[in-house]
This record gives sequence, structure tokens and C-alpha cells, in this order.
Amino acid sequence: MAVIKLSEDKINFIKNVCKSFRNDGGEVINVLHKVQGEYGYLSAEVQELVAKELNIPVSRVYGIVSFYSFFTMTPKGKHPISVCLGTACYVRGAEKVLDELKRQLGVEVGGTTPDGKFSLNCLRCVGACGLAPVAMIGDKVYGRLTPDKVKEVLAEYKD
Amino acid sequence: MINVTIDNKQIQVAEGTTILKAARQAGIHIPTLCYFELAGMNFENKPGGCRVCVVEITKDFNGKPRRNLAPACATDCVEGMEVLTHSARVINARRTVVELILSDHPADCLTCPKNGQCELQKLAQNLGIRELPFHGEQSTYRKDMSPSIIRDIDKCIMCRRCENVCNNIQTVGALSAVNRGFQAVVAPAFEQDLMDSPCVMCGQCVQVCPVGALSEVDDTRAVMAAINNPKKTVIVNTAPATRVALGEEFGMPAGTIVTGQMAAALRRLGFDYVFDTDFTADLTIMEEGTELLGRIKKFMAGDKSVRLPILTSCCPGWVNFFEHNFPDMLDVPSTAKSPMQMFGAVAKNYWAEKMGIKREDLVVVSIMPCLAKKYESKRKEFYKDGNPDIDYVLSTRELARLIKQFNLDLKDMPSEDYDDPLGESTGAAVIFGATGGVIEAAVRTAYEVFTGKPLPKIDFTELRGMDGIRDAWVDFAGTPIHIGIAHGLANARKLLERVREGKEQFHAIEVMACPGGCVGGAGQPYHHGNSEIIKKRTEAIYREDLGKPIRKSHENPSIKKIYAEYFGEPCGHKSHELLHTHYFDKSEHVEISEK
Repeated sequence: MAVIKLSEDKINFIKNVCKSFRNDGGEVINVLHKVQGEYGYLSAEVQELVAKELNIPVSRVYGIVSFYSFFTMTPKGKHPISVCLGTACYVRGAEKVLDELKRQLGVEVGGTTPDGKFSLNCLRCVGACGLAPVAMIGDKVYGRLTPDKVKEVLAEYKD
Repeated sequence: MINVTIDNKQIQVAEGTTILKAARQAGIHIPTLCYFELAGMNFENKPGGCRVCVVEITKDFNGKPRRNLAPACATDCVEGMEVLTHSARVINARRTVVELILSDHPADCLTCPKNGQCELQKLAQNLGIRELPFHGEQSTYRKDMSPSIIRDIDKCIMCRRCENVCNNIQTVGALSAVNRGFQAVVAPAFEQDLMDSPCVMCGQCVQVCPVGALSEVDDTRAVMAAINNPKKTVIVNTAPATRVALGEEFGMPAGTIVTGQMAAALRRLGFDYVFDTDFTADLTIMEEGTELLGRIKKFMAGDKSVRLPILTSCCPGWVNFFEHNFPDMLDVPSTAKSPMQMFGAVAKNYWAEKMGIKREDLVVVSIMPCLAKKYESKRKEFYKDGNPDIDYVLSTRELARLIKQFNLDLKDMPSEDYDDPLGESTGAAVIFGATGGVIEAAVRTAYEVFTGKPLPKIDFTELRGMDGIRDAWVDFAGTPIHIGIAHGLANARKLLERVREGKEQFHAIEVMACPGGCVGGAGQPYHHGNSEIIKKRTEAIYREDLGKPIRKSHENPSIKKIYAEYFGEPCGHKSHELLHTHYFDKSEHVEISEK
């Protein structure tokens, strides 16, 4: 007997999201979108509950979560970092910036620092190609980045 | 109807016919790999993924040739279409496709469990592939071993037949394609082991897997070690459906009955006693039939607390399924153990005592058409002091392998009888192997016990057939009894939901997890999608029944004797102790955690 252990608030939130989509299994992607929007990631237990509420196998939910790069099962840091690897940023050295971020934070892409402060991800184009290479930390955009500037940028985030 | 020309042969096909099916109609064979169909059982897998079935369309709907090759399994015919199935371009493409699949496939065919039965091996053979031109990264994935099924995903070709059968035919939902690109695999949620998933061990995924990615746990060596241990008495029992399928492994046509030859072969392998699960199938009818009549009588007397319909409990895949999916109905199924577990209990108690053999010196082996039986034998409630009632379960395929190891050919075997007393059985027992059979056997006995009159006719043809869900009213001399039957777990789910909603009143429902019942079990010789084979086995089951001198379980002399000598009466105290069981809630529960 598998037991899904979640806090009461989380259970109620997820149940309400599912209900708002008529508990329709075909809406699973929309449900997952909303739930990840609230909690930043989709834990195994959250996926189990979504599957139960939508009356679909949890294997299918996990199949979707593991297929789409948008969905994540690891908690995001307090300050999520997204490095643009779109064509413009890439040709202007985004990968070197990314490597420096990996080195300084000690995490791989998709990872979160042990203190939960930063998480590192990549994306394709934020529409600021004129500023390439670009990275975002939270909602703030940093343009014309170089590996040298990484330390300075990270230092802005004290807590 | 539309006109198409395939390999210069003009044919007429119904609209919506795929090129693959049209070609088959014209007697032209297009090779396939991911495509799979179980005709008449509502199962078709056509992801169009492997591209082995590609054909060249030399004239399309617009009168021009189509630029790209088209997958025959997923392309519908259109009026005036002209198709070449074996042009040089097609064969070249097919060879390249198979070479690419092989470039990420372990080349350990000699030691692979599917050696000789592998559909990829056969394709490589037919295309005459002698070297592998492509070298690249190889997928690696941990092996997952459950008591029944081994997943060796390095061999997976992503045909997704297993995912399809698990989700659509069985509605078990244990398997799904996960991850993407080169990392994509078919796996349970969170890539857990099968044992931690809602898998019911029915093994239909193994039955449809074209390669060695899914196979059964092999217990043949352990069984031979027991046979070669002079301290052990090793006895065997054979399930009803094995006797109509084992012959296929020795080149006999599907539906050949090999009961006597199988008994003879088992003696040559060295089993001390050769018994029949059919004996305990008769015993199951005594217990389950009595339980059914008890519930019906109470119900008719106005007791509303009684749970009807009674559900059969012989099929271990089905038992696992309701434990996972219908936890609110755990008191509905019959508490009678399956015939195999009854055999173990009878052998290790009644028979062992009678023979003066100590429990730990007796090894009980079962030959089963089933992979879930391997799991069932390992359920902790079927152990006593750390010793299981059934020590090993071999599938029909494993038995064939053992017989071949001994260089015996079933065709040359004489026909021998089972040993007494656990080898005597009736026609009612053998039909346990086909959908509808368990309930027909139960009705044959329940009718006579209920009415006190002999049956006007023994054959209840209204309970037979291949439809996924069937129901029939049987007249118990003025009392109408409503019977439901389902095979394939998706059908079982539908029927159970009808019951749960209270829309219909059934008195008894039989469920078998595998399409066609045990004849289509996952431990049977691979049918490779040929549903005719399952039908032939079913016909053979009913032929075997017809040839039996006794065809009602309660008339089996050895059954009468075991009640007189040991059990007293059906559903009595001793029966409850040894022949009945209980079920567990394996569903998911939501709990509020501390934080």
C-alpha cells in the first residue's frame, strides 16, 4: 500500500487545481503547469496525487514530466538562474558563461546549490538577442555577460 | 471499396484499410517490427516508429509518386494507389533501419532468453545482415528483476507494445514511455522497479515483447537442483492450459492435446510424482461453489449484508489487480485459494502426512501458463515456517526448455497417466484454462447441489466465446442466476465498475487477466500476435473436457475421498484453514504529513 504524504495545504491546492480542470485526464499538462507554477517543481508525491485526482496512471504523469524539459522534479533555488543558449547568445560565448556558473556554484545544469540559494538552468532565447549573451536571475536580465562578470553578478544575491 | 495495386496485383479493399492490411489481403507479406495485432481481441499497436514496414508509393492520390517511403502499418490506401513493397529502394531502406536498430542493441543473441523467438533476430536473418556498419553510443540501463518478470531495457527497441498492452488491454498502467531522445525508455513511474509499481505481474508485456527486453524469471536450474538432491521428494502439478500449448514448442500444430506426453516427459525429467492441478481445480469448485451457494441462499433469505456477485479468485493477475484498484471490494471475491495454491496446501499437509514426508523434504513444482503464478507462490500468506506451499513455478515455455535439455521430443513420448490421488480430475477442471471455464465448472456443480437434480445438459455454451465481456442467465430450476464473464483486465475493470455503480445485479463473475484466459497466458509459447493460436488452444480445452468420463467436479472420486478422509465438508473448519485466503489493500492512500 503506497502512502502519499503531503501537507494539508498542498493536498487542497492540488485537488482544487485538478477540480478546476474537471478532473479530466486530458488536462494533465495544464494541471502540472499550475502546480509547478505554485511550488516550483513536481515531487513524486505531487505526481502521485495528480494521477489519483485525474484518474490516470502515475506512470503516464511521470512520462510527461520526464519528457518535457519545462517540468522539473528538483526544487528550484531561491534565485533561479537561466542561461540563454539561443543562437545569438551561443555564438557570443554563452557556453563559457554557463561553464563559469557551473564552476562557481558547483552544480550541473538542472541542479540546485546545497544551501538552496541558486539553481541553474538553460533556456532558448529570452528575446534580448541584442544583449547577447544573456542570463536571467529570477526576473532580472543580465546582458553582455562574460565569465569574468559572473562572480560580481552572483555577489548581488547576499541571502 | 477502393482499388489499389500492390506489387502489380490489383485488389479491392474497404476504405480506411492500411497498406499493410491490404497487402496481407493480397497474400503479400510486408515485414513489421513495432506493429502488433491480436485480431478479434481489440488490440492493435501501430506507433509507426520502427519504419521496417516502409513501402514505395509509385502512384499517390495526385497521380504522382510519393517522395518519401511510407510506413505501411500507418498509411491508408487511397483510390488508384500503386505500391511496391519490395523495390530495391525499399529493401535498402529496410536494411538500413534494421542496421540502425542493431547499432544500439546488445549482440548477445546466443545467451538471450528470446533466442530463436526474437522478431528482430528474424528480421536480421531475413535481410541477410552480416555486418554492422554503424557504431555509436549504446544505451545502458539497470536490470529490474521481479519474482515474475525481468526487464532488460538495453534490449528495448521502443516498439511500445508493452506500454500499449499494459495501459489499454489491461488498464494496469504500470508502464509508460519516459524521458526523451536517446534516454527514452519504457518504465514504471519514477523509473521504480516493477515490484514497487502497480504491476500485477500478468506478464502480457512479456508475451508481446518482440525482443529480449522483457522475459520471465527462469527457475529451471533451481528445479533441476532439487530433482538431483537425493534428500528431496520432488512432485509436480500441471495447469489445465499447459496441455493444449506445450506441443507448439515441439512443432505440433496449435491446439494439439499433449496431456499424456507431458506426464511422460515429466517422469523422464526425474519428478518423483506427476500430479495434476486439475485435481485441485475440482477442489476449488467444491469450495468456491459452496461459497457461492451459501451467499445466494443468504441473499434470497433477505440478508442484505451478503456480498454479491461472488468474484472468482483463481487468477493471480486478477487478484493483484483488484488489490490495487478495488480496495473497497476486497470482501467481494471468493476467499478460495487458486487451484495451484490449493495444490500446494494439499500436497504439503494432507499428502505429505499420508506419505510420511517432512514438509521441508518435499519440493512442489508447478507447470503454469502464467507468470503471475511465480509471484503468487511467493506471497507470504502461502508460507508456513519459512517454507512455501509451492516451491517453484515453471512456465510452459520453461518446461519446453527443460524437455529439450534432456533431448526428448514430445512427439515421440508415449502417453502416460498422472499419479494418484492428486492426479485424478474431471472435464470441469480442464476448462479452467479458457475464459468462461471456471464459471461453467462452478455452475455444473452448483446447479446439482442447489436443485438436487441432475443437469439436463452439461455444456453451457452460452458461457463460452471470445467476447471480452459476456453475461448470461442460467436457470437453476426456476431460480435465474446472472453470470458475468470478463477476460483482459480492461474488460474486468469495466464490468466491476458496472457492479460498483449498482446498475446490474450479478450473482457470480469470472475474471481471467489474460486475453482468452489461461490459454493466452504470458507463460505460454509466444503467439506473436496470432490470435488463431489462442482460439485453437481454447477448442482443444473443450475437446479435452468432452473426452473425460467424468465432467462434474463433485463426482471426482478422489475429491469425494479427500473430503471423507481429511476436510470433512466444503467450507468447513479444515478447508478454511488450508484452502482459503484473504486479500490486501495495495492501493495508494493520501495522508496528511506533519509539516
